[in-house]
Amino acid sequence: MANIREWWRRGSALIWFSGAALAFSLLMIFGLIGYIGAKGLGFFWPGAIVRVVTPEGPVLGEITGEEPDQVQFHVANRDLFGQDYRWIPRSELKEMTKPLDAVVVERLEYGPFIGRIQRVEKDGQIVQGDPQEALRRLRPAAMTLSKHIRSLDRNEVGALNRQIEDLRLELNGTPPAGRPALEARVKALQETYEATQARLEVLRNQAAAVTVTLEAADGQTKTIPLASVVRVVPSNALGAFGKTGAYLSRLWEFIADDPRESNTEGGIFPAIFGTVMMVLIMSVLVVPLGVMAALYMREYARQGWLLRALRIAVNNLAGVPSIVFGVFGLGFFVYLVGGTIDQIFFSAKLPAPTFGTGGILWAALTLALLTVPVVIVATEEALAAVPRSQREASLALGATRWQTLWNVVIPGAMPGILTGLILAMARGAGEVAPLMLTGVVKLAPSMPLDGTFPFLHLDRKFMHLGFHIYDVGFQSPNSEAAKPMVFMTALLLLLVVVVLNLFALRLRNRLRARLGGGAF
Amino acid sequence: MPAGEAMTEFDPNPTVPEPEALMPVQAEPRPAQTMAPRPGGIPLTDATVLTAPPLIGIQDLNLFYGEKQALHGINLEVREHSVMSLIGPSGCGKSTLLRCLNRMNDLIGNVRVEGRVTIGEDDLYAPGVDVITLRKRMGMVFQKSNPFPKSIYENVAYGLRIQGVKDKNILDEAVERSLISSGLWDEVKDRLKDSGLGLSGGQQQRLCIARALAVRPEVLLMDEPCSALDPLATSRIEELIFELKRDFTIVIVTHNMQQAARVSDFTAFFWMGKLIETGLTEMLFTNPRVRMTEDYISGRFG
Repeated sequence: MANIREWWRRGSALIWFSGAALAFSLLMIFGLIGYIGAKGLGFFWPGAIVRVVTPEGPVLGEITGEEPDQVQFHVANRDLFGQDYRWIPRSELKEMTKPLDAVVVERLEYGPFIGRIQRVEKDGQIVQGDPQEALRRLRPAAMTLSKHIRSLDRNEVGALNRQIEDLRLELNGTPPAGRPALEARVKALQETYEATQARLEVLRNQAAAVTVTLEAADGQTKTIPLASVVRVVPSNALGAFGKTGAYLSRLWEFIADDPRESNTEGGIFPAIFGTVMMVLIMSVLVVPLGVMAALYMREYARQGWLLRALRIAVNNLAGVPSIVFGVFGLGFFVYLVGGTIDQIFFSAKLPAPTFGTGGILWAALTLALLTVPVVIVATEEALAAVPRSQREASLALGATRWQTLWNVVIPGAMPGILTGLILAMARGAGEVAPLMLTGVVKLAPSMPLDGTFPFLHLDRKFMHLGFHIYDVGFQSPNSEAAKPMVFMTALLLLLVVVVLNLFALRLRNRLRARLGGGAF
Repeated sequence: MPAGEAMTEFDPNPTVPEPEALMPVQAEPRPAQTMAPRPGGIPLTDATVLTAPPLIGIQDLNLFYGEKQALHGINLEVREHSVMSLIGPSGCGKSTLLRCLNRMNDLIGNVRVEGRVTIGEDDLYAPGVDVITLRKRMGMVFQKSNPFPKSIYENVAYGLRIQGVKDKNILDEAVERSLISSGLWDEVKDRLKDSGLGLSGGQQQRLCIARALAVRPEVLLMDEPCSALDPLATSRIEELIFELKRDFTIVIVTHNMQQAARVSDFTAFFWMGKLIETGLTEMLFTNPRVRMTEDYISGRFG
């Protein structure tokens, strides 16, 4: 009894309780990351392709789910079967085999095909020898060709389109005397455009000349151009090494490529890029804004009821639901500010909006507004923590108030300001709702940063990992196929947030080391 | 100097032990003549101080924090190239008075000052006086060493940099001169780029002195500069004060009466915001005119 009282008196209960709370929090965090990782990372591993015979005929596919009385098969071949996944009762499963010639063929359209390669044809002639071998031999050339077609289509044709469009706009605002010269230029461009299209046509025909015919488990066949084959994975024939190769290749495609098939396949590079870029623009906007506001509130404003009310308002701003900021961003930034900019600077293009529609700048500004309370609060605390003695030392040397702020107080508060930035970035990177109203799209045709002048296109719409999760997970027509994509995207979003934070953290630690140990 | 030495042991005729026995062990040999004029720890005030013209004049100074009066009708003169110490119990207004001299009290809201404070010919509280220029004339060293979180070099160069000095040669020269004056040069000359916060407490305080000296002030205001230092570091600062008074006029606030006795030419004793007695340090400590002064310096209250 005395022991228990002693134990209680020492506060051991509280220590144990706080330790348990910490352990529970860690468990939840690692549980979340582990769950997402386990669900997502396994997706790219080539599983065994199993062939079974059911009363309705043979089925070929990867086993993706098991329940006590039924098994889920990923049978793919959406264009032939209409559905990617099939549940089959265990009682109907017979003659389970793993045929060595079975392959997963990833295509540009209709998702993967699971079956075997029947034949490869070139210019109508069947290529002799093992079809898999022939496919492997011919694929590099086809890949190069299709890449060439894509880049021609996107870059040259796109650039020509833009130039012609710009000239048309210029033409509208030109008096009749200056028109012939412009019209001649338009005509020249039109000719180039048609020549390029003709070249593309030739290349497309060339690409279509090599085809591969695939045979599904039930004997149906499908002939597609070799150029539309993304990857061939003969899972059953691969060793651990080959499977790892296929895994890494798929993972790389996911990180570095554009999405296909309404985002359920391919990569999410534009979304990663859009997210990082939006967060960086937001940071550039939010730090000066928040720091300036905090400086005024802490250093210059007269401390009184008005300032107290303002502080309460700022703190409450942090609690406003983000969608409200989205509505504000749409109404104020997009329609009012953007619309005005369009009327003043881009009136030639109207009614097609330039800045008067959602774009990365408006999204970043909205998020900057959303996260500015975090920066203000952190900066105010950091400013207050700069010792009074250091301010006095500076003032006693004949520094003005502003010089003292700039040379002593702000450098001293910098680690705290960066802490605010880290919090703001973490919040901003994960926000989706306001972005949906102010500039995020399911699929952006071009990125906000590219090789065409002026390189940084703040008016463009962009893709975002958070929105991508929502879109793929809940707006996709093929949600079963998209499920692993959701987890992988979530994992990448976490990774992006972590990387951005690490970057800011490193910056803060370097500053701290220079300041000789701060109190943050 | 043994910190526990009681004031009552002071003897106007120095029959106390040899100087070496009283001096703390030096970290490195220092020029002997520094200590020579101070047998027994009581400064033999240079006769020139008595004839020097007054540099700082305080007349009928009243200071109010809101409704509360913190200084009552202070009249005080500080002579050029002398050291004036301000002593008295906590809250007696000595630091407040010191801060009046470079108008640091302006930084606190709700402070009202009446009366005249002059430096040379200039009235500090005249309307339209440029506080910034004024503060450059009055260097200040604080109770707790407060180097900036910058390099040693940048700490010392700070005062010049904010005046817009960019010339590397001028800055280098000023940094070296100030660090030599503050006795820190030999210890830090090889690591001027290191953080000022990496120095020991005593070195930091001397760095702060160097920082104040770099802008060549006329007066050095010291607000209990040794209260956070160990005896060894304290004695170095005291030696420094002794050297610095050749070039500067020094006003020092101290809680330590031995220190006042050791370093200053003049002493002013404050109590409850009033100046009770002022005079030559030897006189004040050995033969105070006011009973309260005697009680205080002999440790009967305070």
